[in-house]
Amino acid sequence: MIAIQQAVSTPDPLSVPANAPEHCPGTESEFAGKADACAGCANQETCASGAAREPDPALPFVRERMSTVKRKILVLSGKGGVGKSTFTAQLGWAFAADETLQTGIMDVDICGPSIPTILGIASEQVHASSSGWSPVYVQDNLGVMSVGFMLPSSKDAVMWRGPKKNGLISQFLKDVDWGELDYLVIDTPPGTSDEHLSVVTYLKESGIDGAVVITTPQEVALQDVRREIDFCRKVGIPVIGLVENMSGFVCPNCKNESQIFKPSTGGGRRLAQDTSVDFLGSVPLDPRIGKSADYGVSFLDEYPESPASIAYLDIIDSKSHFPCIEGTRG
Amino acid sequence: MASPEDTPVGRRLRLVKHIIIVCSGKGGVGKSSVSTQLALSLRSSSPTARVGILDVDLTGPSIPRMLGLDGHPVHQSSDGWVPVYADGSEARLACMSVGFLLKRKEDSVVWRGPKKNAMIRQFLSDVRWGELDYLVIDTPPGTSDEHLSLVEHMAPVHSRISAVIVTTPQAVALLDAMKCLSFTRATSIPLLGLIENMSGYVCPCCGEISNVFSTGGGEEMARREGLRFLGSLPVDTELVSLLDATEPDDQEANVMLAEGGSRHSFRLLERYEKTSTAPLFRAIVEKAMTALPALEGRE
Repeated sequence: MIAIQQAVSTPDPLSVPANAPEHCPGTESEFAGKADACAGCANQETCASGAAREPDPALPFVRERMSTVKRKILVLSGKGGVGKSTFTAQLGWAFAADETLQTGIMDVDICGPSIPTILGIASEQVHASSSGWSPVYVQDNLGVMSVGFMLPSSKDAVMWRGPKKNGLISQFLKDVDWGELDYLVIDTPPGTSDEHLSVVTYLKESGIDGAVVITTPQEVALQDVRREIDFCRKVGIPVIGLVENMSGFVCPNCKNESQIFKPSTGGGRRLAQDTSVDFLGSVPLDPRIGKSADYGVSFLDEYPESPASIAYLDIIDSKSHFPCIEGTRG
Repeated sequence: MASPEDTPVGRRLRLVKHIIIVCSGKGGVGKSSVSTQLALSLRSSSPTARVGILDVDLTGPSIPRMLGLDGHPVHQSSDGWVPVYADGSEARLACMSVGFLLKRKEDSVVWRGPKKNAMIRQFLSDVRWGELDYLVIDTPPGTSDEHLSLVEHMAPVHSRISAVIVTTPQAVALLDAMKCLSFTRATSIPLLGLIENMSGYVCPCCGEISNVFSTGGGEEMARREGLRFLGSLPVDTELVSLLDATEPDDQEANVMLAEGGSRHSFRLLERYEKTSTAPLFRAIVEKAMTALPALEGRE
């Protein structure tokens, strides 16, 4: 009764218009404009004419813009609140610590953009120039784009359905003046839905180098992460590896470690084994990580000696993980 | 013309007294755990209370796991889908989630908006909830398709909807909670109040309280925005483990399935009531319930 909508078979994110009827076959399908559900739909004529089956006009522009980006890395998790944005930010900061590298961070979490706050640039705005929207720069070699920069106030909710979100994501990829980048790190919202499909379809031609999947140790999170890995396989994104966040907490008073989120089913390590994905490492829970994120400062710079920083750097520096992509892409 | 109540959703939810939407904006702050606790507490609030819990987090359903109902199938009857009863034969805690419809638990549901919309409409119109005192609806993070669809389809029963916002104390989560608040205001859904989750962690070793995700932020936000603050909940590892419960071994599972899951779920409620969070949560529910009658009079 439940059919999984194949991401690969819907290359056009606008394939299902906002005003489509419930059982819209998708504007690209051969039944477009001809299925029962199409009767009475405002787009029926356009669909039936076959015009909608043309590739998305944005694709060549995305390809053009992305041709100067060397590596594109997705940060995914399935479950919310496990530390995707925090990891994305640390990764961005760590890459940018090398002055010879240019790094970009793209936040496609349209309904809950946290990246601007975590990077301490929440009050910035996007400027448009002749070559497109300029990213907001945290430092000379770290540019950021997020819907958070476009809202009049942080209270404003973006109440958008899928097609509008897709439109914005395509703009992030084709209209932002990213320039020459060594890394583009893409932070995603939880789940496996419109945002993920859009990123994947738009970057299909340019190629996504891989995805880092974040989890926390408890089974409720692992369940969602298992689905996310399944998603990566379905759409053909290589999984760089799995990071277990919030594993263990060291009491600042007695220095004993306890498990807040118990790995009742073996945690991230076991999941990595079961799904034959590389386990990149685990990062302990440290209240200062959240605090740094709230104040928009780099945790790695503030507390370089903390076990969590060391764990982060171990994961990021383990060059065996990130350049292996380099090798495969020649 | 047909009366506004006369839609499939309106007809189906005619016998549901209160609909409570649990939302948060940010992910991983404890919506599903709060929804589960809300359902359990409401169920035990009176010996005859009938509660439903609907999980509309389509791409990350957690409710089946939390209620220990992983892997239960959904049956179809002539009168629609039969929800899964977490308390077996007593049938006072009905549950529906896309998790029950997946063949394997690692299957991902990769759907765009229109399909999610259709699924939610089906959940609202085709599930045989019967007579319910409360229907708790657990939502995914954000303010997007699922939320808009819920509000749209439930328009005929809008006067019975209210919402609870869950947040954690840190600024990043509060930011998203504000967006969620804007959403409830934009859709004119009255708010029962705000719950601050993961507020402090008690070290099992020395008893020292650490504010893992800072503290007090939710209360502060409630004061600033003039919302009812329902209370704060510390991180309770006992509760985390309970709701995360490892799967029962196969033999036990078979027995349970045969008995409609009754044994296991009774245990869940019993064990829940022993956690240190249960009394705190009961106070939260009582506070939230005082807000309900005030809503009764509105249109």
